[in-house]
Amino acid sequence: MIVSPSPHIHNNDSVRKDMLNVLIALIPAYMVALYYFGFGALCVSLIAIASCLLCEWLIQKFFLKKPCSLGNCSALLTGVLLSFNLPSNLDWWIVVIGAFVAIGIGKMTFGGLGNNPFNPALVGRVFLLVSFPAQMTTWPRPLQGCWMRYTDAETGATFLSKLNEGVIELPKYTDMLLGNIGGSFGEVSAIALLIGFVYLLCTKTITWHIPVSIIVTVFAFTGIYYLCGGNNAVSPCVHLLTGGLLLGSIFMATDYVTSPMTKCGQLIYGIGIGVITSVIRLWGAYPEGMSFAILIMNAVTPLINHYVQPHRFGEVVKK
Amino acid sequence: MNIVITSIVILGAIGCLSAVILYFVAKKFKVEQDDRIDQIVEVLPGANCGGCGFAGCQGFATACVKAGSLENKFCPVGGAPVMQKVGSILGVEASEVEPMVAVVRCNGTCANRPKTNTYDGAKNCRIAASHYAGETACGYGCLGFGDCAAACNCGAIKVNPETGIVEIDEELCVGCGACAKACPHNVIEIRKKGLKGRRVYVGCVNKDKGAVARKACKAACIGCGKCEKTCPFGAIKVENNVAYIDFNVCKLCRKCVVECPTGAIKDVNFPTPPVKPAPKPVEEKKTVEEAKPVEPKVEEVKVEEVKVEEVRIEEVKTDTLDNGKKPDAVEQSLF
Amino acid sequence: MKTFKIGGVHPNDSKLSACQPIEVMGLPAKAVIPLSQHIGAPATPVVEKGAHVVVGQLIAQGTGFMSANIHSPYSGTIEKIDNAVDAWGMPCKSIFINVEGDEWDESIDRTDTIVRAFAYTPEEIVKKISDAGIVGLGGACFPTHVKLSIKAPAKADVLIVNGVECEPYLTCDHRLMMEHGEELMIGIKILMKAINVDRAIIGIECNKPDVIKHLTDLSIKHFGIEVCPLKMHYPQGGEKQLIDACIGRQVPSGALPISVGAVVDNVATCYAVYEAVQKNKPLIDRVVTVTGDKMSHPCNLKVRFGTPLKDLIDKAGGLPTEGEYKMIAGGPMMGRSFCNADSPSSKRTSGILILPEDKARRAEEENCIRCGKCIDACPMGLEPYLLSRISEVKNWDLMEEHHVMDCIECGCCLYTCPANRPLLDYIRMGKQTVGGIIRARAQKK
Repeated sequence: MIVSPSPHIHNNDSVRKDMLNVLIALIPAYMVALYYFGFGALCVSLIAIASCLLCEWLIQKFFLKKPCSLGNCSALLTGVLLSFNLPSNLDWWIVVIGAFVAIGIGKMTFGGLGNNPFNPALVGRVFLLVSFPAQMTTWPRPLQGCWMRYTDAETGATFLSKLNEGVIELPKYTDMLLGNIGGSFGEVSAIALLIGFVYLLCTKTITWHIPVSIIVTVFAFTGIYYLCGGNNAVSPCVHLLTGGLLLGSIFMATDYVTSPMTKCGQLIYGIGIGVITSVIRLWGAYPEGMSFAILIMNAVTPLINHYVQPHRFGEVVKK
Repeated sequence: MNIVITSIVILGAIGCLSAVILYFVAKKFKVEQDDRIDQIVEVLPGANCGGCGFAGCQGFATACVKAGSLENKFCPVGGAPVMQKVGSILGVEASEVEPMVAVVRCNGTCANRPKTNTYDGAKNCRIAASHYAGETACGYGCLGFGDCAAACNCGAIKVNPETGIVEIDEELCVGCGACAKACPHNVIEIRKKGLKGRRVYVGCVNKDKGAVARKACKAACIGCGKCEKTCPFGAIKVENNVAYIDFNVCKLCRKCVVECPTGAIKDVNFPTPPVKPAPKPVEEKKTVEEAKPVEPKVEEVKVEEVKVEEVRIEEVKTDTLDNGKKPDAVEQSLF
Repeated sequence: MKTFKIGGVHPNDSKLSACQPIEVMGLPAKAVIPLSQHIGAPATPVVEKGAHVVVGQLIAQGTGFMSANIHSPYSGTIEKIDNAVDAWGMPCKSIFINVEGDEWDESIDRTDTIVRAFAYTPEEIVKKISDAGIVGLGGACFPTHVKLSIKAPAKADVLIVNGVECEPYLTCDHRLMMEHGEELMIGIKILMKAINVDRAIIGIECNKPDVIKHLTDLSIKHFGIEVCPLKMHYPQGGEKQLIDACIGRQVPSGALPISVGAVVDNVATCYAVYEAVQKNKPLIDRVVTVTGDKMSHPCNLKVRFGTPLKDLIDKAGGLPTEGEYKMIAGGPMMGRSFCNADSPSSKRTSGILILPEDKARRAEEENCIRCGKCIDACPMGLEPYLLSRISEVKNWDLMEEHHVMDCIECGCCLYTCPANRPLLDYIRMGKQTVGGIIRARAQKK
């Protein structure tokens, strides 16, 4: 006979199911990456996933001495997201370092899933970006048609890094939508990412608040800059479709642990990310600002949680 | 050369200016505090357990200095030695307080008290207790989810997964009472540690009627009152179907232990099992086990014990239930 | 379709016994009547050991403001007045009756004829309800006469009748509305008279289209009573949520429904009021749903208080012979799971649910991943993750600041938590403690 306090039924949701939903939503983008970057993308992603899982297992077993937590798939997701943010020709040992920083420093130092203040995958990515700037900013060209190339692929700068240097060389919109452009291998195809977004919305894994507020803010910010005729201004649509904006706003910024809990807080958080991203892109030294923007807003999240409280039932309005 | 001199001069000037400012600030904003507070904090153990009834060691020290005496003030962690030091700082005599220890008044091990259901809520005694009687048929005993262990600052309490109830490490326990406050069933009591840690207490708080209590737990107090009648010192009272031994009156004669039909009365740290008709075998084993740590001394103590018994018989003969100071004197001469 | 505005969840309704007509439960040989079947002080027994009682005779008197009378549901001799073990293993003072025959008090009208006319003053109605020992049969067991005694300047302008039955599995109100619709309407009319309002709204969730149609047809004949179909949405049966859903008014935090001019009563209470006022029958029985996924015969039973729960379970097919199970008094969201099936049924027992092994256990608890789903689900707009955490560290002042007293313990937070954290367990503990602190503070003043 079992006795417990109420309630006695559950909607059968679990952390594992939510994580798996995000992974499923990433499949289209992964397919596109395999198509354009082939062997390199496969290698980088497998190395990242394997080292993330290994790192979490080691720490859980030998440092925390707690039961294995790989079952909730969060390490797997971190590995996938980290690899999506890397160029597909990155040396294997750099990927391993990134994965260990992501899990070891970004997540397990704070006590594992749920306690980390920053998105682990982004911690890993930014660590690599700062430590290995050269390797991290040379992206292979897509569609080299060769499945055997990994680190010796031909490389080139992305549109955003060229823009940062003052060269405007607009790629075609169809290429941006489909992913036929250079970049970290998970971020190239806008359509694949949007399919994932729709899937996440349908399964109610995430709500629209964070991604939409980021996208609208970036669109508005860069649009105003464009209309005012700022230096090197390009159409806001280009900003939306290039770089890690969509990947970041749909999959990274919406990470449960590091985003605010209330809907209102999520809008503030999204707007914050949008503004910081645009500022970095338009005036900063880095061509791409999404990762930094998300990390900065992750740091603000506890404050948002503290100050933005949900609307209570029957709240007496102060007169 | 010029540069060196200029920088030395400038830095020197800044340094002097800062020193002057610091001096005045320190003067202006000086916090008047009795030095003795810091001295007392120094000698206190620093466990911040709150066992003294004040908010941490700092609070205790402040209260001591403020009151100027040590009346009703005792640090359970440091005990008498620390209180003497505190007394010498304040220049007053420290009152003698006997060391206390927490005692789990429940015999409801898995063997004695079979489980009737499984609790599946938050593993917290208070939550379980506010929901229902608990995993066994006894609604009074230890729930075994370890609220007391969480409340203990000394790491003295652990839930034993084999017995399903908590155990207290009396070496680590300082008798601060945090566990007793945390226990929703009031199973834990703070009792006198007793000479050589010897204690006799009723290991049950079940207020149900005898038959019901016995059905729920083999080692329950059934409120039969035999111990109350046996006790030569009137230390035992049966109220609400459960016996209670007053530790201020109990002389550790252990007649009740032998008399108890269910073995609910526990004696700990005695080197030998209680004499007279053989009690429950379980009880015997326990006492033997518990005696093990003091084995090197066993022989010596045994001799003492024999004496004790002799004197006790006399004692009962000469002085019946009227026990003024005589037994006290006897005890003191014995130990 | 209308519903309340904040939070809520949508559990599968699993109404297995919705088509089972109400059956009358037989009498037990021995009955135990608990003296505490309502919120407030237990009633004081007014019969002695060995006395002979008949059905409907007063056996315990409600003492104090917040208490209710208890009448004997059986005829027989009083065996003793002693502590009995209740469903949760706690001692509870009760009257033990040896049941002999079925002899009723003569003043009770036991015929099936529907008595429509009544000409009582509001005070007389409240007096009759109070004498009959009627309490809110929705689950809280709040004495109804207390709810009806409205003190000026507060004034009610609408009576809301709770026919929502948003708890999954339970169907007792559903059957009652189907089978005793006419009596229910008269009961509502009586209550409208008692609180002096000319409008009553019956809120019914749309998973009961048969009831909505039946009562809408009946309400044409009764001026002032309207049926309000509501969207399926748990916890719509909560008083505050129901008022919000039906008339769009939000009861302020810490206030009673009367502050927005509404009085809420359950349909079963309305039926009991009809019986008490028109038939002179005190509250001695109620409809209980006995159900469960693996039960062979889920049913709705008219049960006199004091019948052992085990008899009810046996009637529905008995406990599972193998494997673990969970017995719940009430529905799966707010019902209390109990461990002692030998205990008697009471005014509180609205349903008995037996969950089989696969549903009986909670899934394993994980770290909070701060997904915020509990916040979205909370119908009171609280932050369950935060309340539960500060309750774990026992910061009662902070809990009060975060409005823990607004919590209605509906269970939406735990229902929706992907990490399976026992949020409500801790919040409930905090609420009890903070409630105690607030009462102590009020007493000091």
